[in-house]
Amino acid sequence: MEKELLVRKIREGTVIDHIPAGKALTVFKILGLTGEEGFTIAVVMNVESRKLGKKDIVKIEGKFLKPSEVDKIALIAPTATINIVRNYEVVTKRRVEIPDEIINILKCINPNCITNKSNEPVSSVFKVISKRPLKLVCKYCDEIMTERDVIKQLAAT
Amino acid sequence: MGFKGRDVLSILDFNREDLETLFKVADDIKANPFKYSEELKGAVLATAFFEPSTRTRLSFQTAILRLGGSYIDLGEIERSSIAKGENIADTVKMLDSYVDIIVIRHRIEGTAKFAAEIAESPVINAGDGRKHHPTQAMIDLYSIHTFKGGIDGLNVAVMGDLKYGRAATSLILGLTLFKPKALYLISPPELRIRPEVMEYLKQAKVNFIETSKLEDCISELDVLYVTRIQKERFPDPAEYEKVRGSYRITLETLKEAKDDLIILHPLPKVGEIDLKVDKTKHAKYFEQATLGVPVRMALLKLITRG
Repeated sequence: MEKELLVRKIREGTVIDHIPAGKALTVFKILGLTGEEGFTIAVVMNVESRKLGKKDIVKIEGKFLKPSEVDKIALIAPTATINIVRNYEVVTKRRVEIPDEIINILKCINPNCITNKSNEPVSSVFKVISKRPLKLVCKYCDEIMTERDVIKQLAAT
Repeated sequence: MGFKGRDVLSILDFNREDLETLFKVADDIKANPFKYSEELKGAVLATAFFEPSTRTRLSFQTAILRLGGSYIDLGEIERSSIAKGENIADTVKMLDSYVDIIVIRHRIEGTAKFAAEIAESPVINAGDGRKHHPTQAMIDLYSIHTFKGGIDGLNVAVMGDLKYGRAATSLILGLTLFKPKALYLISPPELRIRPEVMEYLKQAKVNFIETSKLEDCISELDVLYVTRIQKERFPDPAEYEKVRGSYRITLETLKEAKDDLIILHPLPKVGEIDLKVDKTKHAKYFEQATLGVPVRMALLKLITRG
């Protein structure tokens, strides 16, 4: 529990808690948030956490995450928990989980991969070969993507 | 697992037992070629080569003809619908409705896998970019098996462009299915094996040694597999000039070699092996190329009839 709240509770929306310290802005970015959407958002960074030592938190009033957004968060913040808040109460709380297969979220880093050809009806598919450290392999061209590649790509979107 | 109906996308789609079955059928085809002359009567194979090829395309075409089947060829890209901008997916759908087996080569990596998802007929990868060339690896492994009586316990070296060369890569991956005593990976530092290949070697616990110098291991070798180092792989032409001589096989290079060393090459070779070496007992690459037809016949028979 936080000793005192830096920001007030939200009424309806999502609290992404237990983000590894320093990654909140990346989470913010991969959700495609710019601040101009009109949501009330709180980004709290480097607060004390029993589990993680330090952690980040993102609170978004009025937004509920899509499964693909949860998967993206899992890739860069595997310790995160997603709390759904309704009427000031946490109604569901769950940990993110890195799926075994990542479909249509990432772009293969191999520019010569079939999945990077826009005129072909093909989705990008990666198999997760290691969750920690994160390591993925492209189903089509076998190229390996490391955690660094994934963060770089997701943070750039 | 059996071969019938399977796609051939990577050498790692197969296990040792599969390859030994393939070798047995290839042995029998070599010994009794006419026994198989009606094996695939009525079957039609498509060769769709979006990149240049001589040996691979012709040996697939020869293989299906020798099995009593026939083939259609996509022909020059400039004359086909590809030139009009048709995508791979639509081209493969059309071929699939015409033929029983599709052989495809494309510069874009993962094309064969994508084609295999679209087509109901088996798809054979005849090379995709830098990645895979599984039937070449089958021929190379079969050559070692034929000339050396087996693959286990041998000191094998793969030399040349190990980063971009798909034949070398597929052979290295194929060797993980066997138990070579040591696998020497000889290349300039900038052309070493790719990370995913390194991953497979470690997983398979292959005893491999990366080196830049053939002279470090030549006296140990039972098999030397040579591939070409392409000038265009080097950003600086001066760098290429510096290294090219170190990866050229001459009579001098072979002075320290074992008497029964065999030299293999996927061909075409363009200067990386001195012509004088062709006449030595070590040179097995021309015989290796002739094995392309029986191995591909065996593969076509197995994936079509089991």
